[in-house]
Formats: sequence, C-alpha cells, structure tokens
Amino acid sequence: MTVAFLAIPLVGLLTKASWSTLWSDLTTPVAVDALKLSLVCSLWATGLSLVLGVPLAWVLARTRLPGRNLVRALTTLPMVLPPVVGGVALLLAFGRDGLLGRFLYDWFGIQLTFSTAGAVLAETFVAMPFLIITVEAALRSMDGRYEEAAANLGAGRWTTFRRVTLPIISPSLVAGTALTWARALGEFGATITFAGDIQGRTQTLPLAVYLALQDDEHVAIALSLALLAVSVVVLVSLRGRWLGAVSS
Amino acid sequence: MTLDAHVEVTLETFMLCLDLGVADGEVVAVLGPNGSGKTTLLRALAGLQPLSAGQIVLDSSILDDPSAKLLVPPEQRPCAMVFQDYLLFPHLTAAANVAFGPRSRGIPRAEAERRALAWLDRMGLADKARSKPGQLSGGQAQRVAVARALATDPRLLLLDEPMAALDVSVRGSVRHQLRRHLGEFGGSCIMVTHDPLDAAAIADRLIILEAGHLVQQGTLREVTTRPRTGYVAELLGLNLLRGRASGTTLALAEGTTLQIADPNHGDVFAVIAPRDIALYLDPPEGSPRNTWATHVAEVHLMGDRARVLLGDPIGVAAEITAVALAELGLTDGAPLWASVKATQIDVYGADSE
Repeated sequence: MTVAFLAIPLVGLLTKASWSTLWSDLTTPVAVDALKLSLVCSLWATGLSLVLGVPLAWVLARTRLPGRNLVRALTTLPMVLPPVVGGVALLLAFGRDGLLGRFLYDWFGIQLTFSTAGAVLAETFVAMPFLIITVEAALRSMDGRYEEAAANLGAGRWTTFRRVTLPIISPSLVAGTALTWARALGEFGATITFAGDIQGRTQTLPLAVYLALQDDEHVAIALSLALLAVSVVVLVSLRGRWLGAVSS
Repeated sequence: MTLDAHVEVTLETFMLCLDLGVADGEVVAVLGPNGSGKTTLLRALAGLQPLSAGQIVLDSSILDDPSAKLLVPPEQRPCAMVFQDYLLFPHLTAAANVAFGPRSRGIPRAEAERRALAWLDRMGLADKARSKPGQLSGGQAQRVAVARALATDPRLLLLDEPMAALDVSVRGSVRHQLRRHLGEFGGSCIMVTHDPLDAAAIADRLIILEAGHLVQQGTLREVTTRPRTGYVAELLGLNLLRGRASGTTLALAEGTTLQIADPNHGDVFAVIAPRDIALYLDPPEGSPRNTWATHVAEVHLMGDRARVLLGDPIGVAAEITAVALAELGLTDGAPLWASVKATQIDVYGADSE
C-alpha cells in the first residue's frame, strides 16, 4: 500500500501527460524561458555550493575549530527549515531594506530581490547543506592516514588536499554535487519568496509549473515530466555510487 | 650519531619515554608487544605525533623541542615512513605513488617520473609501473611503499612492521630483498617489528620496548642470549626465571631453589631452554640434582614437538618430542617429575645495564 501511495501520483503524471503535444508544450516561450533559467540558476547554485561548501566541509571534518557543532547546526538548518521561511529570512537579510541588502543597494547599487542572482542565492541557500553534509561525511569516513602519508612524503596541506584527499573522496563529491544540483533545480519556496516570479529572470521550472497549472495544465504536466526525468537520471546515476559506498 | 632523540609522548592512557640514538647506516629494530609504543615512537620521529617533552635532533638540526616551542612539520622532515599497511594512494599508479614524494618536494614532473621508474626498476617492478595499488600483490605493494619512501632521499627511514601484512610464504624472500635495499641505503633506519626473524635478518641492533619504556637493547646476540624480560624470553621460546644466587644455590622468586654450575651472587636472571628440561612419570634416579614434582598445566603440539607447560612450583615450559609425549601419556593436570642439569641453567646478573 505504501508503494502504491508513492507510485500512483507518478502514474497519474505519466497517464495524464499528452505525449503528442509534449514537444510543443515544452517549447512554448514560458517553458523555454523557465528551462533555460533553471539550468543557469541551478548550475550557478551548484558551483557556488562547491566553492563555498567544500572548504567548509573540510574545516568541519579536519579542524578542531571551537564552535564547530554550532557551525554544523547552522549550515544544516536550511535542510529542515521550510523553504518559504528560508525565503523570508533571505528577504530580511538581503532584501532592499534588509540587514545587508540595504548596504549592497546603497553602496553598490546591487539589488538581489527580483533578480536572477537572487534566484541563484535562494537555490544555493537551500541546496548547499546537501553538499556540505555529503562531503563532510566522506572526509570523516576517509582514512586520515593517507593524508599523513602525503605529509610524510613532503606534501603541504594544499597539495595533500588536491592530490590525495579530493581524488579519494571524489565518488562522494560527485554524489553530493548531483544531489545539490537536483535540490537546486527543484527549489520553489525560497525562490518565489525572495526572488519573486518574473518570467525569464526568476521564474524557474518549479515556479513555471505552479503558474502553468492554473491556466495551461498541459504545459505544467510537460514541465513536471521534464523535472521527473532529471530526478530519475540523478537517482539512477547515484544509485550505483550509494550501493557501492554501502558495500565497500 | 645521526639521530639523537629523547622522546616523551603522553597520551590519554599511555606514556612513551625513551632515549634513542641511531648512527649513519645503522638499522635498529624496535621490538615489543602490542601497545608498547612502537608505532607512536615512529610517528613522533616523523612529526605526526608532537612530543610532550624531550628533543629530537637529526643531523644536528632540531626537529622537535617542546620546551623551545620548536616543531618541524612532517612535510619538512627528511624522515620517510613505510606504513604498516603501506597506505599507497589507491587512485595513483605505482609510478605516480613513487613520484609523489619528489614532486611534492619541488622536483619537475618529468624528472620525478624518471626517478620513480628508476626506483621501481631497482625493486624489480619495472613492469608494474602503470598498475594501481589494487592490482599489486602484498609483496609488490610493500616494495612500492619502500621505493616511495626511499625516492624522497630521506636521512632517516622508518619502517612500521614492514612484513606484518605479508603472507608467511613470501616473507622470507621479501625480507631478503629488504635487507639488500637497506644495505644500499646510507641513512639511518628504524624498523618496528614483533617478529624476531625480521630483526635477526635485517637489524644491526635491537631495542626492546615494553609499556612505553626501553627495557633492553643490544646486538641480536646480546639480547637473545641474555633476555631481561618475559616478553623477550617468550619471543625466543626460552624460560626466564628471577632469583637470588649465593654461590651455586639459586633461590627462585617462586620459593624453590635450584643448583647452578657457575657460582654467582645477588639478583640474577636464569634462562633454561625448554628442551633441557626432562620429564619423568616416576622420580628419576642418578645425576640431575635439580628434580622436582609438579603437574601438567597445558600441552601444546607443534609439529613433531610438544610444549608442556608445567604448574607449581616452577612455571616453566618443557619441550619434548611428540613421540615422548605419547609414551608418557601426558594430559592436563597429570602429575610428573621434572629435572634440569645445573650446567644447563644460564645465570647472569639482573643489575647490569
């Protein structure tokens, strides 16, 4: 029954899809804009997560920074926080009248709300914890003596990280990146709250699906199928790694 | 003296404290039971475990001195380590593993690669240069690990149980090769092991470590003929007894006395080889002056020999042939008589050193 409960909505999505008009539905201006924007935003968010998240994961896993547990709690909070609340929080921090947003606007003329950058920020906020958690776990489970061996051979911290640590944790890094990307791609609540819903600028796929559902159900279903397809691809590509990680 | 170290490491449940000097070209074997601090000693010398107190001096430069707040990080020490399970980088080929050290020390890629191939060639592994560690046998992996360490041109080579991960069947040949490579190595070498055969084949000098302290050191011959702790005696398969000698009478700590051939005085160790202890079902008559009634505590069969552990009053092991064991019909708890000739008890002072 549980399986049915989980599977029937997907079956509904597949049976209700109008396969003959699928291509034309996906190529309507709204859909094309949303597809392009989602791709751009989610890739930026993933890139930002990698640049900011991997160093933090290393610090959490390898150093004895005081207050580490607090930092870890803070970084993983967005995973359990309702995304809408995240959006509100972002608005209060980076909005035009926000804590930091005020200075960004006054000093640099930067406005993040209602901008693509804002959508990227919202997606990063929600998705990055997945990367941090995966990479930190990988670093913790890795045999730290490989790093000692590298140091013993004369490698400094950076060389050790680049030539030994990263390659050894690469399976988890790939898994974490895929997970992060999938989460960023599906982000809805924080994006609509913080960045708004402007076609071609902040209207990502999930937002477009939600709106299309109200006037053009075909497009909504077509876009949903596109997202479902991406999810399935990510899941299949991760499955092998996860199973591999369990068995090794 | 190339290495001159006073090592003190205090960990939560353990303290390591010893003085250690190693000369150029000398190979020192460190033996000791598990948990005696052997690996901690190597880690301290490599800089992976900072000293709590003391000083490490290599070639007259200080590597670690907590009182002077001086600590050279591991990557800047000329100390290469061969880890117990080798820790070859799994994602790199054998050649890239060996080239890792030279490259990390700033040697250009091509030159580092050339050196790595030369080292693998010397180790007889030229055809394995492109293999990943997972594709190597235990003996091959060990040689790659030794090549990787030597390729950094270390002044001090640290080997942590280099044979422990190998099948017994290949240990002999690997040991032989290792001795050859260490012979060509000009620097100092410290090898941790708990196999006296490794020590016998490879080392110039032995250090026995127990519970973080140096309990005995000397050449192989000195240590094997004059064991000073139960651990060493057991390693060599000898019975070690402690007692007080006065003249040719030895009063054992257990409360009984034995007659010895050479007069001695004061606190002494007495060594008896198990095969020199004779066993009888009835009180023996004739020459041996040291005869006592006892019982069988345990019997261990080892091929065609049997080791019979005796109970009170003197807990020693006797070694007899399996045939003799069958003839005597010995089982656990069986009463019997033991005897040993005075000339077969080797007695030496416990206070020297």
